[in-house]
Amino acid sequence: MSAELEDLYQEVILDHNRRPRNFRALEAGQKAEGFNPLCGDRITVYLTVDNGVINDVAFQGSGCAISKASASLMTESVKGKTVAEAQALFERFQQMITAPSDAPVDNLGKLMVLAGVRQFPVRVKCASLAWHTLRAAVEASGEVVSTE
Amino acid sequence: MASIVSAPKTLDVAAIREDFPILRQRVHGKPLVYLDNAATTQKPRAVLDALQRYYAEENANVHRGVHSLSGRATDAYDAAREDMRRFLNAADAKEIVFVRGTTEGINLVAETWGRVNVRAGDEIVLTEMEHHSNIVPWQILCEATGATLRVVPITDAGELRLDQFERLLTDRTRLVALAHVSNVLGTINPVADVVRIAKARGITVLVDGAQAVAHMPVDVRALGCDFYVFSGHKVFGPTGVGILYGRRALLEAMPVYQAGGGMIGRVSWERTTYADLPYKYEAGTPNIAGVIGLAAALDYVTGIGLDRIAAYEHDLCAYATAALTAVPGLRLTGTAREKASVLSLVLGDIHPHDIGTILDRDGIAIRAGHHCCQPLMARLGVPATARASLAFYNTREEIDALAASLERAREVFE
Repeated sequence: MSAELEDLYQEVILDHNRRPRNFRALEAGQKAEGFNPLCGDRITVYLTVDNGVINDVAFQGSGCAISKASASLMTESVKGKTVAEAQALFERFQQMITAPSDAPVDNLGKLMVLAGVRQFPVRVKCASLAWHTLRAAVEASGEVVSTE
Repeated sequence: MASIVSAPKTLDVAAIREDFPILRQRVHGKPLVYLDNAATTQKPRAVLDALQRYYAEENANVHRGVHSLSGRATDAYDAAREDMRRFLNAADAKEIVFVRGTTEGINLVAETWGRVNVRAGDEIVLTEMEHHSNIVPWQILCEATGATLRVVPITDAGELRLDQFERLLTDRTRLVALAHVSNVLGTINPVADVVRIAKARGITVLVDGAQAVAHMPVDVRALGCDFYVFSGHKVFGPTGVGILYGRRALLEAMPVYQAGGGMIGRVSWERTTYADLPYKYEAGTPNIAGVIGLAAALDYVTGIGLDRIAAYEHDLCAYATAALTAVPGLRLTGTAREKASVLSLVLGDIHPHDIGTILDRDGIAIRAGHHCCQPLMARLGVPATARASLAFYNTREEIDALAASLERAREVFE
């Protein structure tokens, strides 16, 4: 397997694909649906916010390994953060996965396993779908988010 | 003693591949294995040369000028229509309307024939394996008129349930619209039977030929259908050009589609009359280069022989079916007895997009997704499939590369 593929499908990603964390629905709180019309990936992100802090976050849906692992890792990394912190993290994450492949990677902790996506421009939307949907859930706009 | 020499059954694929410049390239350091022919086909040198020659030597608007270039462009354009007539064995070149592609051809019929022939309470019959482009125009027509859609089910193998089809027809059925070949399942539908059954009840039939024309000879008079549509780019021609074949009596009776230059007889503030067939449906400057390029593509495939192409692909598809089903955990969706060279597959619980990415790094181009057939995906119970679709320039070695790459994908996700 090529080095790029090994970067993309790291063991951590494969593990989150096989056993996604926080893969459930939340009864209370806000939710939003995300959809990638190009490939048919669908996701619902649920969260409860208390005093501007994300108390709980979960997701359900179907998609490729990258979109599922990204959603799973996202829920782990935004739980307990303020909405503003989560928003800032999304921006840094988005920068990381769209940066040129030789650019240095920001320290984003666990999320750094997804840096390999930048070598696969057509897969960037898979990695960012959950985050776009999270933002919509925070705003609780009720609109279905589309990557197109 | 006289002997009958038959044409060789196999194609000289090595020589054919030389005709397609794009096939020589490497992707991620590996030879390109192009297996996404149901999405679009590659273009032979003959087509590239025709486009280049047209723009370099003949470019002018058609049916407009008195100057020499316009005359030459018009001659080439009109000659192309005769090529298309012969390709489909239509009775008359006036029955060939140039459109942008299959999608526009179907929309044209829905918006013209549909608006005057379909009324509230009428029914339009489609099949479970239709592409969105043969679903949505009819949904829109139904919303506008109060008609309803009826859908013919398929078997688990992906074959049309002809018995169910007959039962769905009523005295309110106005149209049957179906794919000649399914872009997901590869199923070759029994179009001649469908037409015979529908015609016995006086029902109009439209055939979406997008996935058929590159793989088998098509004879619209033998099929007996009223409309037949296809896209040039699926049969080795340029994008942005396609054909709507319609029986002359229907085309003459239908209202106009888009309006503008080229489709008129005489225009005044009081009253405008329309041009005769086929110009009636061709408003505006047409895709002249595209039409000329498509004619070159059809000359190219008929030169090789669509019967020979079909025989070669049948053999290659059987080889691919055996090679792929040998991959552990792989399941083919679409195993009809009459099948063109489309292989949709599901590999364990690996998402088709991940398969697509892994194969791409081996230089192999396939399609992953719902293939513009979301209702069919729902019927099959899968969100998406990975699809390898073959053309006559593909080889057994490429199928071996595909099978090996699928094995690697399985290992990654094991």
